[in-house]
Amino acid sequence: MIRVFVPKDVAAIAVGADRVAAAIMREVRSRGLAVEIVRTGSRGAFFLEPLVETIVDGVRVGWAEVTAEDVPSLFEAGFLSGGAHPLGIGEVEAHPWFAKQTRLTFARCGLVDPLSLSDYAADGGWKGLERALTLGSIATLEEVSLSGLRGRGGAGFPTGVKWKTVAMAKADRKYVVCNADEGDSGTFADRMILEGDPFSLIEGMAICGLAVGAEKGFVYSRSEYPHANAAFGRAIEIARDAGFLGDDVMGSGRRFELELRVGAGAYVCGEETALLESLEGRRGIVRAKPPLPALAGLFGKPTVVNNLLSLATIPFILAEGAKAYADFGMGRSRGTMPIQIAGNVKRGGLYETAFGLTLGEIVTEIGGGTASGRPVRAVQCGGPLGAYFPTSLYATPYDYEAFHAAGGLVGHGGIVVFDDTVDLAEQARFAFEFGAEESCGKCTPCRIGTVRGREAVERVIAGERVEEMLALVADLCETMKAGSLCALGGFVPYPVVSAMTHFPEDFRGGTPAPRAQEARP
Amino acid sequence: MPPPIAFDATRAAEIIAAHRSLEGPALPILHAFMEAFGRIPREAVAMIAEALDVSRAEMHGIVSFYADFREEPAGRHVIKVCRAESCQARGGRAIGDRIAELLGIDWYGTTADGRVTLEPVYCLGLCASGPSAMVDGVPFARLDKVGAERLVEEVGE
Repeated sequence: MIRVFVPKDVAAIAVGADRVAAAIMREVRSRGLAVEIVRTGSRGAFFLEPLVETIVDGVRVGWAEVTAEDVPSLFEAGFLSGGAHPLGIGEVEAHPWFAKQTRLTFARCGLVDPLSLSDYAADGGWKGLERALTLGSIATLEEVSLSGLRGRGGAGFPTGVKWKTVAMAKADRKYVVCNADEGDSGTFADRMILEGDPFSLIEGMAICGLAVGAEKGFVYSRSEYPHANAAFGRAIEIARDAGFLGDDVMGSGRRFELELRVGAGAYVCGEETALLESLEGRRGIVRAKPPLPALAGLFGKPTVVNNLLSLATIPFILAEGAKAYADFGMGRSRGTMPIQIAGNVKRGGLYETAFGLTLGEIVTEIGGGTASGRPVRAVQCGGPLGAYFPTSLYATPYDYEAFHAAGGLVGHGGIVVFDDTVDLAEQARFAFEFGAEESCGKCTPCRIGTVRGREAVERVIAGERVEEMLALVADLCETMKAGSLCALGGFVPYPVVSAMTHFPEDFRGGTPAPRAQEARP
Repeated sequence: MPPPIAFDATRAAEIIAAHRSLEGPALPILHAFMEAFGRIPREAVAMIAEALDVSRAEMHGIVSFYADFREEPAGRHVIKVCRAESCQARGGRAIGDRIAELLGIDWYGTTADGRVTLEPVYCLGLCASGPSAMVDGVPFARLDKVGAERLVEEVGE
């Protein structure tokens, strides 16, 4: 039977993928064809969505930005057998967006039916878990260490070290917690896996549980992701029914159980200790460290808290070996990073590649510059608490250490492009406002600093005592950076200080620069 | 979205009973209450506090901490508009403001007829296709002024 692939990723649905799928079904019925419509995740080229694919001569070919109205003409053109049509992009893998990517974590995402166990197994699924069961705990931990994988949530802590700490801790109960509280604006990689390749996360967590001696895992997702939660909840049931979770994981006699939990609209719960508090059923208030969650985490038990991307990368590392992963990357940043290119950009989406591209290559060559056609002015990297980079820092290589040296963060891999209408004083004000809104309130630098910071930047914008207020903001940022309990308060200074350093002309008070003013509607 | 039903202590007790054996049952219970009743009324806070053996003050603290849990019900339809940086970069501020203007309400407000509540949301994960919004769980992306006007006109239809 002919297979037609239509994404059901929420970002594709948001631009009409469900209507396209329904229109294809109508045509199939009225023409009496034997066609199976497979709803996949997204490949991550959101500028091409809805991206419809078929297989012609064994090759996946695509039609981009399809609307329901286009569907009858696709059939007229004979798209099922590769007939020419203006929306056709030819072989999908040969499209410039895909041709240079290295898809390890996202190898399957967007290609398969996310809830089909046979698709997953046919594409190498469960091989990592199988190998981990053969290797045993110590050798599995060694593989993860040798891969050089570092936490993809933002901190970049070596995953192998964390796992070994939990494995060596003595306790009657241990946990694996997946941080899928992907609150950073400009990021959607966790969501794409939950929707598009959920079994890879389940496999990664099972491998982790077996390696560290934990029998229970939690995935903490967000209420802003209802589609992802529905898909992942279903995936857990399917995996359990098939014996990949439960009392006897793949017939090994080992136990691993998994539960999906959903947050309730608190950004700070993406911070690991606030997340643990929330899982335990309390307010998402940050805990002081030490003790490390690896030793005293969920319910006081040793706990691996890993970002979703770290865990979803584990099956590849175990299946293909640590070296296959570590061979990619630069310096101490090994492997690949799913970079998420967003904001005012022509070609936005998820682009997985080895560390080492420059920021300029990512924005200009891959992203294609701004969607508005105006010049790029600032690029915020690493979420709401990441720095604003000017184009003069385009040569910075995408690497944890290089970004840190440039006063920024890789974070969870988000890159948000702004054109020249952006007012960086307003962005600095927003960073403080967001911090104040989302602060858990436990430590003073964050609770008070964000509010006072917002007030001070508002005065700068209003042209009141500008020099004095800028000095106050700089002082506040230093205190927040050094004195906050967690990365929320500690990182608010990144967007603020980078905006002030690289775009001082926006902080002179009074009327905005003429360039920005003329572009405002 | 089905209309929320009036608070019912028997149903509430059933929800608590169904979830209390979970590890850390508070958030699952509160989400289930939101789904069943569209709000977490005071009497519910007292019931959950008693069942989980925490003080009412602590349970109230939990409910008030999380943006999703409301003491008063929202309108029959909820429009969530992304206000975060990616959507800002694509003109989202103006789109959100236009929606508020068309509805004649402020952020977090509900129209006088109880039909629509407008909420800001900090990221729906549609960042490469903004400005974006979600109406009763249905996603919208690449919104422009015309799209925003249509969204307000068609809400709930």
